[in-house]
Amino acid sequence: MEGWIALYIFMLAAFTGIEVIRRVPAILHTPLMSGSNFIHGIVVVGGMVVLGMADTTAEIIVGFIAVFLGAGNAVGGYVVTERMLEMFKSSGVKPEKKD
Amino acid sequence: MIPGIDFIVPAVYFAAAVMFIYGLKGMSSPVTARSGMIWAGVAMLLAVLVTFVHPKVEGNYLLMVIALVSASVLAWWWAKVVAMTDMPQMIALYNGMGGGSAAAIAAVELLKLHSGQVQMVPTTLLVASFGAIIGSIAFSGSLIAYAKLQGWMRKSWRFPGQQVFNLVVFAATIGLGVWIFIDGPTPMLLLLFFSLALLAGVLLTVPIGGADMPVVISLYNALTGLAVGFKGYVLEIPALMIAGIVVGAAGTLLTQLMAKAMNRSLTNVLFAGFGKADEDATGAAASGEMRAIDATDAAIQMAYAEKVIIVPGYGLAVAQAQHKIWELTELLTSRGVKVTFAIHPVAGRMPGHMNVLLAEAGVPYDLIFDLEDINAQFPTTDVALVIGANDVVNPAARKDSSSPIYGMPILDVDRARNCIVVKRGQGTGFSGIENLLFFEDNTRMLYGDAQKVAQALISGIKSLG
Repeated sequence: MEGWIALYIFMLAAFTGIEVIRRVPAILHTPLMSGSNFIHGIVVVGGMVVLGMADTTAEIIVGFIAVFLGAGNAVGGYVVTERMLEMFKSSGVKPEKKD
Repeated sequence: MIPGIDFIVPAVYFAAAVMFIYGLKGMSSPVTARSGMIWAGVAMLLAVLVTFVHPKVEGNYLLMVIALVSASVLAWWWAKVVAMTDMPQMIALYNGMGGGSAAAIAAVELLKLHSGQVQMVPTTLLVASFGAIIGSIAFSGSLIAYAKLQGWMRKSWRFPGQQVFNLVVFAATIGLGVWIFIDGPTPMLLLLFFSLALLAGVLLTVPIGGADMPVVISLYNALTGLAVGFKGYVLEIPALMIAGIVVGAAGTLLTQLMAKAMNRSLTNVLFAGFGKADEDATGAAASGEMRAIDATDAAIQMAYAEKVIIVPGYGLAVAQAQHKIWELTELLTSRGVKVTFAIHPVAGRMPGHMNVLLAEAGVPYDLIFDLEDINAQFPTTDVALVIGANDVVNPAARKDSSSPIYGMPILDVDRARNCIVVKRGQGTGFSGIENLLFFEDNTRMLYGDAQKVAQALISGIKSLG
């Protein structure tokens, strides 16, 4: 990829990242960390691409690890975030289940 | 080759990048957070599916499916069974996996470069190596953070000259990176390079105490984001670049916010080690005595109050008293008492963790207030009920410049008309800092396990009829 274009993408993405979370209230900080953790789980796509290109045994093993770890990141990050977010309810809505 | 695949694959990746940013943006309110995450989840699923027909992917489909399915099932199951109090270490674990994945991608790319199957311009090689170092550090560092929060590693491991040693390891890693950059990678060189980078992550994390772990996890989260962004550049997948860098930037800001809330600088967290600076200083000794109150009296005080603010800390979660506290709140509310919750940014194991634990017990989020929003309310509050919190309500942070926590933002519970502190015993607690609050004239100590005390308060109020 052309270096300058990449640099522009990096720069704009960095500002987006900062702006997007600047408005996040403190009560959502833990879910936010977890949610952003899920989003970098997109690395699994990169893992799939390198595993798809791998030929030698070493490449295949390391590529397999890349996909395995990336998928764990994405799925685990998603479930953890979901579990936290589903508990946030406002007092306007009655909590459905109580124990 | 399926026609149009050159269009479909990038188009789906593009849509995924949009959804990821949208999902993060949804996180700015508890109302939209969940739907935002669901959209991001759908985008992730589509991106993974479309990668099977990515032009560069030529084989190993079966292995791919095996890796995807086995990791997904394992991660899904583990994330489901873990208790809410253990969420911070799960974030560390899954984040570490992402970092490890980025490092493994770099390893394959560098192996390919060695065998001459791919060509890299110097910039790409540099970015690939840099991503490899960051990913490896995030991987091994996060695993250590997990072990520490899980209680598998209680000691903060330190030895003389540790920082110099760490610096040498880190410099050697960079040196090897430069060597690879100049001479090209060989398998032996790569093995050494990755081993050193992983070692650097371990060494960096090992001396850091449990209380500082949230900041460190957040930092590794940002680092993994960066590593993923760099991999996106190397693999020429802009969606990875955007998702990675957005998370990297957001994570860096979040890390700073957290460090600030704990009154510590990031360099202090990383290079000083918590507790080290505090060992010699515990602040001025408090004068006066602690006055106890029993649950019946405390119940009466709260039942006839107009306004009550509950200040929960991690001790509440440890005692599993969230549900009882919510029952108490409902009981008080039904008597016409106005009850709200005040949460310090570092209550729980990481910022926002306490909110999650209260939400689990059914406490609506609009009854929960941040430090800045509620501090002005304390002077007009009849009873401030402090449960399992200590340093975050210590007025020494305002009054005693010799105290290690001087300057840290605290909840001003001492300004409430009455303050009831629920505590297990008379000790100084986690940080060993004397809490001036306990000796204030308007403070009463209610000794006992948080859950039992909450139950006693409930029965006390019920007996009033």
